Amino acid sequence: MTTLQRKSVNPIAHLTAADVEAIGRELDAIRDEVIASRGARDAAYIRKVISVQRRLELGSRAVLLFSLFPPAWLAGTAGLAIAKILENMEIGHNVMHGQWDWMQDPKIHSTRWEWDNASPASQWKHSHNELHHTYTNVVGRDNDLGYGIMRVDESQKWHPLYLAQPLWNFVNACFFEYGIAAYDLELGRNLATRKRRRAPAFRAAVKEVRRKIGKQVLKDYIVHPLLSGPSFLHTIAANFTANLIRNLWTHSVIMCGHFPKGVETFERTSIEGETRGEWYLRQMLGSANISGGRLMHIMTGNLSHQIEHHLFPDLPSNRYAEVAPKVRDLFERYGLSYTSGPLPKQVASAWAKVFRLALPNRDDSATAPLAAPEPRGLATRWQRTPV
Amino acid sequence: MAVVQALRSGAWRVVELLSTPLVPADYLDEIAPLRNPGVLRCRIEQVRPETRDAVTLVLRPGRGFRPHEPGQYVRLGVDVDGVRRWRAYSVTSAPGGLSVTVNAVPGGVVSNHLIAHARPGQVLHLDQAAGDFVLPPDRPAKVLFVTAGSGVTPVMGMLRTHLGELRDVVVVHSAPIPEAVVFGAELRELAASGRIRLVERHTRADGRLTPEALAALVPDLAERHTWACGPNGMLDDLGAYWDEAGLAGRLHVERFRPATAAIGEGGKVTFGRTGTVVDADGSVPLLEAGEAAGVLMPSGCRMGICFTCVLPLTGGAVRDLRDGRLTTVTEGEVVPVQTCVSAAAGPCHLDH
Ligand SMILES: Cc1cc2nc3c(=O)[nH]c(=O)nc-3n(C[C@H](O)[C@H](O)[C@H](O)COP(=O)(O)OP(=O)(O)OC[C@H]3O[C@@H](n4cnc5c(N)ncnc54)[C@H](O)[C@@H]3O)c2cc1C
Ligand code: FES
Repeated sequence: MTTLQRKSVNPIAHLTAADVEAIGRELDAIRDEVIASRGARDAAYIRKVISVQRRLELGSRAVLLFSLFPPAWLAGTAGLAIAKILENMEIGHNVMHGQWDWMQDPKIHSTRWEWDNASPASQWKHSHNELHHTYTNVVGRDNDLGYGIMRVDESQKWHPLYLAQPLWNFVNACFFEYGIAAYDLELGRNLATRKRRRAPAFRAAVKEVRRKIGKQVLKDYIVHPLLSGPSFLHTIAANFTANLIRNLWTHSVIMCGHFPKGVETFERTSIEGETRGEWYLRQMLGSANISGGRLMHIMTGNLSHQIEHHLFPDLPSNRYAEVAPKVRDLFERYGLSYTSGPLPKQVASAWAKVFRLALPNRDDSATAPLAAPEPRGLATRWQRTPV
Repeated sequence: MAVVQALRSGAWRVVELLSTPLVPADYLDEIAPLRNPGVLRCRIEQVRPETRDAVTLVLRPGRGFRPHEPGQYVRLGVDVDGVRRWRAYSVTSAPGGLSVTVNAVPGGVVSNHLIAHARPGQVLHLDQAAGDFVLPPDRPAKVLFVTAGSGVTPVMGMLRTHLGELRDVVVVHSAPIPEAVVFGAELRELAASGRIRLVERHTRADGRLTPEALAALVPDLAERHTWACGPNGMLDDLGAYWDEAGLAGRLHVERFRPATAAIGEGGKVTFGRTGTVVDADGSVPLLEAGEAAGVLMPSGCRMGICFTCVLPLTGGAVRDLRDGRLTTVTEGEVVPVQTCVSAAAGPCHLDH
């Protein structure tokens, strides 16, 4: 993939500035409609999901007390993995986005939620809500693109280290929660110089992560196993496996959001002075959906509606499926491509890219300096660059 | 003893670790919501219509609820259309029980919701009883209660509890028509048995009660300790009359809503910690503006008496809706403001 500004066929060349603002207004209208109709049905939905998750977790942990017996191990591990996925995706991620803040329930509020993950909620909210959702797919600004350790775009300079990026990506997938914690700490940047390493804010953040990880590890690998007595080792293995499944699943879903074929990336300079319509358009082009049934949507925390989520990050997740047809219709009317596909296809597409970009570019137009951007609005700024 | 204690707290820490990052009670909520020591709730046991637009809710408080004093109120957290809304209701039962009586307020969100939808078995959120609209421990010999409309509720709590300890009680109660008198039958019965002197006033026929009319109805008013609860207009009039008569210390009032006399200019309100910014109207208290934007705001009485809602104002200006007083902070200054009775007067910044 190449940043949109460098593409030979610019997918938005046909849009005028007025079109872009009209898209913005239509999307605002969809958003307002949902906000005006949020109510008891939505509240009941999230409470139900939370209740099911808690019961499933309790039940699975109880079964794992007898994890010495293979059927108990299997059932308990599967249940716990699902519970952890629900907790991280449909509940934690979305609650921390503030999707349920309107309910005024302090137990289901973005400022109070702590999740079953290595990264403390406060740090994750900063790097995810403030950075990723603001700078979506802007190369060099959005660290979610490759988590700072991978080459995710042709325009990034190649280095022999990237040859190993499929391996990095796999390791990152297995230990994704720690990867997220490291990335929320901006470890790469903050460990680089002595001054940054010693900065009090960084040290406080590291301490917070250490404490969080300590509790998580103690819970999953000491206390619950000890409680299961003779099943001690089996419970450790079960909890490890559940965490592993959760990590692989969340990593795959998230890769599907911004990596597959059809998703655009953007130049750093292209977002300066962005209007609301332009911001919306970037979110529309920078995200991809996963097609599937209701279960798929719930298990991905409705990130299967990544496009809708990026347009309206703080609308209740159960509403994304409802607004999706309207959003899709809007894409069609304005001649934009709505990227969506089944999970296996999207995962394969994302991995193919990881492999492809491990190697240097075949032609080097992607890294050549861009013509100076014209500060006259998106239509000109996003114009096709001569190759 | 110390060993047992250490073992106990050690065991509790293990339980907490088992449930991290949640707290154990979050799981307990799944089976026994009334037993959560951290979140006070109550269950509706009975719903009893009082008049056409008032219902009594008999409640069973959860673990940790401390008995109220008659005349006090409790706050109920009610989910209406998915949104938790807190409102104060005077306790109408004697200690040991917990009942409130909700009167419909035209256009009111919570009152009408409860009247239409409250059913036995539902669970509401609850807060400890509060308020100082209570009788003193040395019961006065002669007492006057002046109530109007829903204002009879706290007085009913006192009558049901303390009547045996009071020798001389006069109740002057106003309601639009006889059928609208909440607890009408019970009050009339008390009067018939000679335990109180009841003066019922039906405002649609007799007009609103003035202090002068009251003085004519209760000639020994100056000898009495008076508790009054009703619309602000009536309470303001009584306050002025008592002040003038030099009896201010003998009048105790309970208001259900703040006496608002001013509106602010409106403006952008920034909640610094959450980063939320809202355009607030000059007539909307900061408390409501924040809640509508999803900010978790501390609140209590919602009418300027309990100070639970105070937040630090770190920039801009707000106006007190009760008297129009303007509070402006300059750079670096921090002034606590009551968000339930203050509205934006231009852009302002709260550290919350
Ligand atoms: C200490 C205290 C004790 C209280 N005890 C009782 C009680 O025992 N029984 C009871 O029914 N209520 C009582 N209230 C009032 C109660 O807390 C709510 O204010 C009331 O039920 C209205 O809430 P709502 O959500 O229906 O109206 P809202 O949606 O909050 O208000 C709708 C509109 O009605 C106006 N309004 C609000 N309250 C009143 C009112 N009391 N009279 C006229 N207009 C109003 C508002 O300004 C607004 O314009 C008490 C209030 C306080 C502070
Ligand atoms: S809520 Fe009681 S003073 Fe504001």
